[in-house]
Amino acid sequence: MDVNWFSADYLPWLIIAFPLLSFLLIVLVTNRHVVLSQTVALVGIGIAWLLSMLLFAKTVWLTDKELGHEVFGSQLDWLKLGPQTFRLGVLVDPLTAYMLLMVPLACLLIFIYSLGYMRGDPHNSRFFAYLSLFAGAMLTLVLADNLLLLFIGWEVMGFCSYSLIGFWFHKKSAMQAGVKAFMTTRVADVLMLVGIGYLFLEARTLNFRDILYNEEMLKMLVEKDAVIFGGSVAALVSVLLIIGTIGKSSQFPLHTWLPDAMEGPTPVSAMIHAATMVSAGVYLIVRVFPLLSAGADFHHFDYNTPMYLMGIVGSVTALGAAVLAVGQNDIKRILAYSTISQLGYMVAALGIGAWVAAAFHLVNHAFFKALLFMASGSVIHAMEHGEHHAHEHGHPHEHHEEPDGLVMDYCAPPNDVQRMGGLIHRLPVTAITMAIGGLSLAGFPLVTAGFWSKDEIIAEAWHGMSESPFPLFVLLMLITAAALTAFYTARMWFLTFWGRPRTPAAQYATPGSLRKQWVVWWNRRSWSKDYKLMQEPVSPRDRLSFGQMEFPLVVLAFLAITAGFIGMPADLVGKNPLHGFLAGTLLEYPPAIDFNFAPMLLSMVIALGGLGLGWWVYGRRPVQAGQPDPTQVALGPGIWATLQNRFYIDILYRRYLLQPVERFAERVVIQAIDRETIDGVLETIAETFTWLGEAFKRFNTVVIDGTVDGICAAIGNFAAWFRQVQTGRVQQYLLLVTLALLAISTLFLIQVR
Amino acid sequence: MSAVLPVDLLTTMTLLPLIGAAVVFIMPRDRVRLARWTALIISLVVMVMAIGVFYDVQSNPPAAGEWAFEAQAEWFPQINVSWHVGVDGLSATMILLTGLLVPLAILISFEVQDRVPAHMALFLFLETGLLGVFVALDMVIFFLFWELGLVPMYFLIYLWGGENRRYAANKFFLYTMAGSLGLLLATQLIGLTIGSFDIPVMLEEWPKHLMRGGEILGVDVSIVKYYALLGFSLAFLIKIPAWPFHTWLPDAHTEAPTAGSMLLAGVLLKLGAYGFLRLAIPLFPKEWIIERRLFSLSYNLVDILGFLAVAGVVLGALGAWGQTDFKRLVAYSSVNHMGFVVLGLAVAALMYGTVWAEDNNQYSLLAGVAGVEGYEKMGVNQLVDTVDQAYPPEMRQSDRQDARVALNGAILQMFSHGLSSAGMFLLAGALYHKAHTRDLRRFGGLWDIVPMYGALLIFVGMASLGLPGLSGFVGEFLVISGSFKAYPVYVLLSMFGLLVTGIYILKAIQKLLHGPYNEEWAEYHRTHHSLEIEKREVVALAPLMVLMLITGLYPNWVLGVINDSVIRFLGG
Repeated sequence: MDVNWFSADYLPWLIIAFPLLSFLLIVLVTNRHVVLSQTVALVGIGIAWLLSMLLFAKTVWLTDKELGHEVFGSQLDWLKLGPQTFRLGVLVDPLTAYMLLMVPLACLLIFIYSLGYMRGDPHNSRFFAYLSLFAGAMLTLVLADNLLLLFIGWEVMGFCSYSLIGFWFHKKSAMQAGVKAFMTTRVADVLMLVGIGYLFLEARTLNFRDILYNEEMLKMLVEKDAVIFGGSVAALVSVLLIIGTIGKSSQFPLHTWLPDAMEGPTPVSAMIHAATMVSAGVYLIVRVFPLLSAGADFHHFDYNTPMYLMGIVGSVTALGAAVLAVGQNDIKRILAYSTISQLGYMVAALGIGAWVAAAFHLVNHAFFKALLFMASGSVIHAMEHGEHHAHEHGHPHEHHEEPDGLVMDYCAPPNDVQRMGGLIHRLPVTAITMAIGGLSLAGFPLVTAGFWSKDEIIAEAWHGMSESPFPLFVLLMLITAAALTAFYTARMWFLTFWGRPRTPAAQYATPGSLRKQWVVWWNRRSWSKDYKLMQEPVSPRDRLSFGQMEFPLVVLAFLAITAGFIGMPADLVGKNPLHGFLAGTLLEYPPAIDFNFAPMLLSMVIALGGLGLGWWVYGRRPVQAGQPDPTQVALGPGIWATLQNRFYIDILYRRYLLQPVERFAERVVIQAIDRETIDGVLETIAETFTWLGEAFKRFNTVVIDGTVDGICAAIGNFAAWFRQVQTGRVQQYLLLVTLALLAISTLFLIQVR
Repeated sequence: MSAVLPVDLLTTMTLLPLIGAAVVFIMPRDRVRLARWTALIISLVVMVMAIGVFYDVQSNPPAAGEWAFEAQAEWFPQINVSWHVGVDGLSATMILLTGLLVPLAILISFEVQDRVPAHMALFLFLETGLLGVFVALDMVIFFLFWELGLVPMYFLIYLWGGENRRYAANKFFLYTMAGSLGLLLATQLIGLTIGSFDIPVMLEEWPKHLMRGGEILGVDVSIVKYYALLGFSLAFLIKIPAWPFHTWLPDAHTEAPTAGSMLLAGVLLKLGAYGFLRLAIPLFPKEWIIERRLFSLSYNLVDILGFLAVAGVVLGALGAWGQTDFKRLVAYSSVNHMGFVVLGLAVAALMYGTVWAEDNNQYSLLAGVAGVEGYEKMGVNQLVDTVDQAYPPEMRQSDRQDARVALNGAILQMFSHGLSSAGMFLLAGALYHKAHTRDLRRFGGLWDIVPMYGALLIFVGMASLGLPGLSGFVGEFLVISGSFKAYPVYVLLSMFGLLVTGIYILKAIQKLLHGPYNEEWAEYHRTHHSLEIEKREVVALAPLMVLMLITGLYPNWVLGVINDSVIRFLGG
């Protein structure tokens, strides 16, 4: 076979192969050498990133194909099923290309960041092996040309996520969180698998192009009745696929795993789960959107069941998670709920047909959320070491009771925003980049990426508002969520970085990059006369760690601003390059809605209002040490406890779903059915036969043996009696002979006559 | 037909281990190394032959009605029994699995110190029994080897097993014998009725025998065939083991020595499914799908089989979840995984019967399948029209392809379960052998003590869990996909079982490896006995892991052969 591996048709295979090769190499060869393993992992993802960029360039500039109508890709025979052959391959269309901009870059930055963050961990090699496998799986998912290969990447990623969440497997809570994540998503995955299987039966293919880019196929799927639950085949398959997304993208009611996934090595796996992996769920529904929306005419506000499902689940999740994010103190958990909420935006956007906006927000969100998570990791890293430094400076060690296993309202001390404050003076780079990420998340008008994508979603909902109650519902939910988002972001940032340190740990937190320059600059300001900062030495080890950790932050901060400019409304800047580019993925070119200032103004007001309120409460007069959180005071203890306990949903699941089934397994399946009923019946049979055997034995001894023995005895007795004849005396014998002779002669004579 | 036993490949392959067993058996007890290596080398030779058979079937698949490596010799002409052997894709796959697993099991049983020659001889003896079933094309030979495999396994459990070995061995033996009884009677009935024990002849003639009614030995033919089918099915269901005939399995596995468990789960359980595909389904196409009534409830036997499959998937998984004994957990996982095989078999049986009814113009049968009411009173033409309307031919074609998908999945699942369950038992046994306990509650926090073992356990556990990219997934996916249209409710229920599969595998991993560093076992590890997996065990596990990965990434290497046999079975 003549294959040019660097043609755009085959390049995707190489992109997938390199991280996977790194994984194999680390596991089989280099696992004992940390530096070597790290190098292998970095080289693998680095090459994958370069090749992705090359591929992206080829798709955008170097082709005269009309991308979208023709795509790059290659396939191989994977399964022979009767006369049919299932082919599995890779595909590069505009959507994939757009994802390739984000995924390998995000992964590469995580790898670099992990060098710093995981320094000194004994299982570094294992960590980088998992990361490589994770990256390979995510790239597989993005580049797959069919649902089955996508599902393979999907599940392998699930496995990596389980392993990384439970990476510190000595901790009971980490281990439980890993299992929780795996099992919660598996609930959705098994149903999604049925959906894929059923689609395969009806369509006889799982190839995206053959199904989604094929009007006849979509028509057939919509018109054919499903084998169960009524409705059409398309609707059933769509709902099952959406359930997959609900699990993977942590949507209500399967959202419970993501906040606990923060048990993983602080920001890195958190970031994987929050910024990359969970995007996979949304990517799936973005990818198969033509199937989900088949039969609906959403341009004219006619929606179908899958779209209603997405709209309702997405907006409920967006709002619910935003509410929960307000009531958290764990910096990572705030971000986790924020992630759930933002993913809800995307799902809801698809529900009202805002396809381009969803994809746009997906990529932007990945950038700024990756930034926020990594920044939070850098904060936590500094706080953990701050505890030790504080001890060196004579502050007593505080003792914290680690809970035994997962506890809903427990917050580890280094993660607790209430214990921070003033960290901008320790970690200026982190603080500023995190501010940029936060502004992007909150949708700060005009300059941030988050604003443009969120605005597009809101604009689409606004567009349909007057025509149908469904977009109005979505709009109201999302707008409320947006206000809360801006507020909790401001709360998080000001509590972490603003004001004075509230604990010794925050006061002595490890200084990050450029702190020296920051101190000089700060002390020179006239308004900082009352709060002079001290210079202090930084160990080269810390400097390196923070360099490796804060470099990716800067790159991402840049992207958190600029990534949005490619998708600005056409009416505002003349051309919307993203819309034109992505639209080729769909069979039907989605019309861009007319630009309207009203929703844009609304987004601005909401974002600025939320941020302003956050500043009013937390920025204007920063919370002092010992002072209660104003939000907590305002909400009152009951509501606060409800938020801390996550609306008690987790407890509900555990108590009324998991535990009963476990008890059922032990008591009914094993004890009552297998041991008592089945084995009981068998043992009864066995005992019956044993008893019968005993009975036969007795019959043998008494009757049969008795008879036989009796005959023997009789013969013996007769013989004993008869023996008496043999006396040994000749006279008696002669007498007997004579008598016998007489008898015989008499008989003889009688006969003759 | 030659008068003497032909020296062909299949016969040699089947009988070589038996000769080897005899040689090893008479070795002196103290010649431990000699016995071990002789056994290993013989099994490796058989493995090479098995690979050769598989490769040949792969490159020249036998045409419909033909058999690869077919050989026939006069053997017992008085009752029309001949030594008739031959293979198709299905048996070639199973032969490959057997050929691969036996040397690995023998390598694992190097750890046995007690009565080594006898132990090794039993494994070779077992191999003959297994291979014999897969190559047999004569019912009497089939039955002979079917029973022959039982004996060495019984002794392996009885003599080298754990504490409760007598109970387990007897339970195993009696359970299986109970199944064999029906098999024997049904075999004799069929053989004597049609005057031949040759399997191809039986497959040709028995389904058509008195197709339009009649009597055998004074009993109505439908009743005779029904009970004959039940006789076959019971034997095979026990062997698989399908719920509720599975309770011998946990005991037998738990008490069997590691290598015994490997072969028991890896190959012996496949005999049941093989029996269905080779005999029980093609011999009784009509009986499977004919509509039966219980009071006002209408059902057919395929539905019941599907129900047992789902019960196995769900209850097997829950049973595994509730265990605290590592080996018992793995044993129940077999019930869970083989449930998917049975589900695929049910769909295949349904379609086999439908195809047969079509080919033989049995429209009243099709009417039952299509759910046509009142077909008994219809005239022929009306019946044909009604059936074609209710269940049009193109829909039958489409459903036939679904069944091909499901059956491919079921056979692939047999193969991959052979790999993963053998691997899981190897690992369970490896730990038990060193720690002398299987109680999961006593472990935890072992990963830092046994890093290699931990990594291997996670890999094999994930294969068993059905993680995509490893072997278990493809089979499960195909069964789920192919069965959904025929049995949507069953498939959805079995998804609950698949969910629990995840739970029990993660539970095992968590209870063994995760948690705080285990001081107690660390101390044991340092002073008593290393808990880390031994090199020999890694060597035995590595081929399995490689195959799990290759089958997961590129299943076509084995699926091509399987698919040929599926096409033979359900038509192209």
